[in-house]
Amino acid sequence: MSQAILQVEGLHKAFGGVQAVADVSFAVSAGEMLALIGPNGAGKSTCFNMLNGQLTPDSGIVRLEGRDIVGLRPRVIWRLGVGRTFQITATFASLSVRENVQMALYSHAGRLRSLLSRFGAAFGREADALLDQVGMLDQAERTCGVLAYGDLKRVELAIALANQPRLLLMDEPTAGMAPKERVALMELTARLARARNIAVLFTEHDMDVVFTQADRIIVLDRGVLIAGGTPPEVRANPNVRAVYLGSAH
Amino acid sequence: MTLASILIQLLNGLAAAASLFLVSAGLSLIFGVTRIVNFAHGSLYMLGLYGTYSLIQFFGRTPLGFWGAVVLAALAVGLVGILIEVLVLRRIYRAPELFQLLATFAVVLVIKDIALFTWGAEDLVGPRAPGLSTAVEIMGRRIPAYDLLLIAIGPVVLALLWLLLTRTRWGALVRAATQDREMVGALGVDQAKLFTSVFFVGSVLAGLGGALQIPREPANLELDLAIIADAFVVTVVGGLGSIGGAFLAAIIIGVAKAFCIGIGTVTWFGFEVSFSKLTLVVEFLIMALVLVVRPYGLLGKPQAAQRATEPAPRLQVPSWTFALVWLALLALVPLAADRYTTILLTDIVCFALFSVSLHFIMGPAGMVSFGHAAYFGIGAYAAGLLMKRFGLPMEAALLLAPLVAGLFAIVYGWFCVRLSGVYLAMLTLAFAQISWSVVFQWDSMTGGSNGVFGVWPSAWLADKTTYYYLALVLCGAGIVFLWRVLFSPFGYALRAGRDSPLRAEAIGIDLRGFQWAAFVLVGALAGLAGAVYAFSKGSISPSSISIAQSTDGLIMVLLGGVETLTGPVVGAAIFTWLRDVVARNTEFWRAVMGGVILLIVLLFPQGLVGGLKVLVARWREQRA
Repeated sequence: MSQAILQVEGLHKAFGGVQAVADVSFAVSAGEMLALIGPNGAGKSTCFNMLNGQLTPDSGIVRLEGRDIVGLRPRVIWRLGVGRTFQITATFASLSVRENVQMALYSHAGRLRSLLSRFGAAFGREADALLDQVGMLDQAERTCGVLAYGDLKRVELAIALANQPRLLLMDEPTAGMAPKERVALMELTARLARARNIAVLFTEHDMDVVFTQADRIIVLDRGVLIAGGTPPEVRANPNVRAVYLGSAH
Repeated sequence: MTLASILIQLLNGLAAAASLFLVSAGLSLIFGVTRIVNFAHGSLYMLGLYGTYSLIQFFGRTPLGFWGAVVLAALAVGLVGILIEVLVLRRIYRAPELFQLLATFAVVLVIKDIALFTWGAEDLVGPRAPGLSTAVEIMGRRIPAYDLLLIAIGPVVLALLWLLLTRTRWGALVRAATQDREMVGALGVDQAKLFTSVFFVGSVLAGLGGALQIPREPANLELDLAIIADAFVVTVVGGLGSIGGAFLAAIIIGVAKAFCIGIGTVTWFGFEVSFSKLTLVVEFLIMALVLVVRPYGLLGKPQAAQRATEPAPRLQVPSWTFALVWLALLALVPLAADRYTTILLTDIVCFALFSVSLHFIMGPAGMVSFGHAAYFGIGAYAAGLLMKRFGLPMEAALLLAPLVAGLFAIVYGWFCVRLSGVYLAMLTLAFAQISWSVVFQWDSMTGGSNGVFGVWPSAWLADKTTYYYLALVLCGAGIVFLWRVLFSPFGYALRAGRDSPLRAEAIGIDLRGFQWAAFVLVGALAGLAGAVYAFSKGSISPSSISIAQSTDGLIMVLLGGVETLTGPVVGAAIFTWLRDVVARNTEFWRAVMGGVILLIVLLFPQGLVGGLKVLVARWREQRA
C-alpha cells in the first residue's frame, strides 16, 4: 500500500449531549478514492467539517502527511494542500469561470495583495489547462452566476485542483446532478486523482457512484464506524445490510 | 452616589426607555418581515410628537383631550406608514435591497419638509399630561408621576405585542415571515397585505413612542435622525427582529444614559471624567461592545438565509479615452464659467471622491456603510486642526489629513469587519456618531457646534480656479486610483469574498484581512475628499461628520447606481448640483430633492446610470 496522506485517529465530537462522531479512525492513501457513506444523520458532515477546519474535534488526531492539523483554520489547511468542493456549490458568482480558477491560483501563489497590477494578467494558461481537464474550457468566459449546476460542480473541481492538493475533500460532490452526469464527474475525479496521485475522500448518497468509483468504502452509523473495506466486502457486510436494509429479524 | 440617587437615575432611565422601546420594536418588526432598513422610521416618531401637539391644541388640555390626542396621533402615523408602504415601497420590493434604503431616505427628506411647512422651524413645547403633572415622592426625591406611567407602559406594550405575535394568526405569519419570507410567500400568504399590516403596526408603535414623549421633550425637526440612530442601536443591541431583545436593550441604554447624566463629573486619580458628556456616546460604546461579543445582538439569531439573490454584475473597466475626455472637459470649464460655477464644481469633485470611496466599500467589497461621513469629517477636521492648532503649513495638513482618517479607519474597521450585513452597517453608523459627538463636545479643540473657522488654503491656492484645479487633480487621482484597485488582484479578492465568503476561505483568502485593508484604503481617500473640501470652504462644521452627511453619500451612490463604476460620480454631480439649484429657489429644497429621488427610484430601479444602460441596450436591440 502506498503512503497515507490523511490519517484520522480516535475522532470525537459531541453537540450538547449528543455524540455526533465517536472514536472514528481511518486513513486515505495517495491516489485512492475513499467513500464515506452512512444514513442521514450518521455524522458524515460533522466528520468532514472536522477534517477541513470548520469544526474543532473534542478529541482525536487528524494528520495530513504526518502533520497534525487539528485546530487550524480552513484557509491554513488549504495552504497545506487540501482542496474542497461543497455540497451546495460555492463559487464567485460575479466572476467568470476562468477568473474563479485564477483566483485560487493567485491565492496559492500569494499574489492577491497587489493593488495596481491587473488581475487576470497572470495564470491564464494554468487556469485554462485546469478548465480543459474538467471539460469547461469552452465556457471559460462565462460568468459563474449563469452556469448550469453540473457545470458549477466541474468548476469547483478545477478550483479545488488549483493548489496542487495532496488531498481532496468532496462533500456530496454529485448532489443535485442528473444520474448520468454523476458517474461522469466521479470518473473524471478518479482519473485525475490517480494521474496526480491525490487522495480523495468523498461522501455520497448515490450508491451507484459509490460502488463503481470508490476504491474503498467506510460506513458510519450514529457516529460510529461500523464497516470498512473494498466495495464487494462492504456489500457483503451484515452490519451494513442491517443499517441500510433493516435488521434481518 | 447614595441609594436614593441611584434609584432616581434608575427610574429616569426606565422612563426614557419606554419610548425608545416602542420605536425600536416597530423598526425591528418591519425589518424582520420586509428586510427593509426603514430610515423613515424616525420621521414617523417625529410626526407622532408634532401630531400630538396639534391635536392637544385642538381638543384642549383635559385628560381626555391629552390621551385622545396621543392615541389618534399614533393611529394617524400608522396611516402614514401605510401610505409609504403602498405608494413607494410596494413598488420596489423586487429591486435590490439598497434601493429600498434610498427610497426611505427620500421619505425622510419629504417628511422633514412637510413638518417644516406645517409646524415651522421653532421647537414646540408640549403641555404636561393633565392629571399627571404632579410629582411622587420616593425616598425623599420627587419623581414626575408621568414618568412612572411611562415605566409601566413599556412592559404593557411588550406583553400586548407578545400576545399579538404568539396568539394570533397574524402574529404567526409575522414570525414565520421573519424566519423565512420566501417560504411564507410559497405557502400562498398574501405578502402585500402582510407587509402593509406590519408597516401599520410598526408605524403606530413609532407614532406612539413620539406621542408619549410630548410632555418630556419639545417637538423639533432634528428628532427624525436623532431617534433613528438610537433605534438602530437598540434593535442591533437587542438583536434584529427580536422584540424582547429590543425591550432589554432599550432598558440597558436608557438606564446607562440616565446614569451618565446623574453621575456628572467625577475626579479619578486626578483626572476629571465628565460622564454627562458621555451621554451621547455611551449607547454606541455599548453597541460596539455587544456586537464584538455577540455579533447578532443580545437575543438575536443569525440572519435568515436568503436564497437566489441575483449575482452582482460584472464591472466594466472604464476606458482611458473616456476618463481623459472627461478630465479635459472638467479642466476647461473654468475658462468659460463664472466663479460660482467653479466653486460648485469644486464641491462636486470632492463629493465625487467621497461617493466613489463609499461605492468601493459597499459595492465590490460588499460592506454597506451607514457612517462613511466619519472619514470625510475626520479628514476635514484633521486638515483644519493640523493647520490651526498645530501650526502645520496648509500643504502638509492637506496631505496628512488622509493619513489621520486612515488611522481612525484602522481602529473602526477592525471592529466592523467582524460583522456583516445590516449589523456591520449599524456599527459603522455607531462609529460615525461617536466621532460626531466627540467633535461636537470637545469645544477647546474642535470649536464644538461652531466648528473651525479660517481654514483657508495658502496664498498660491487662494484663487478659486487654482483651487479647483488642485481639487480636480487630487480627487481625480483618488478616483482613478480606486477604480484601478478594483481591477487589481486585491480588488478581485474583495469581490470574491463578497460573492462567497465560504469559498474565499476555502482557497486560502484571509477575507477579514482584505476587508480591513479596504476599510483603511477608502477611509483615507474619503479623508482626502474631506480635507480638500474643508480648505475650499474655509470652515468646518460638525455637519461634515453627521448622519446627514453619511446619508448624502449613500444617496449619491444609489442614485447613480451601485452596480456601475461611473454611477457614483454621476450621482454625486447630480445630487450636489440639484441641491444647489433647488436650495437657491425654495426653502423646501429637501422635499423637492426627496420627490426627485422617489421619482428616480420608481422609474429607474437600477439607478440613473444603470437605468440608462438598460435603455441603451433596449434601443440597440430594437435597431438590430
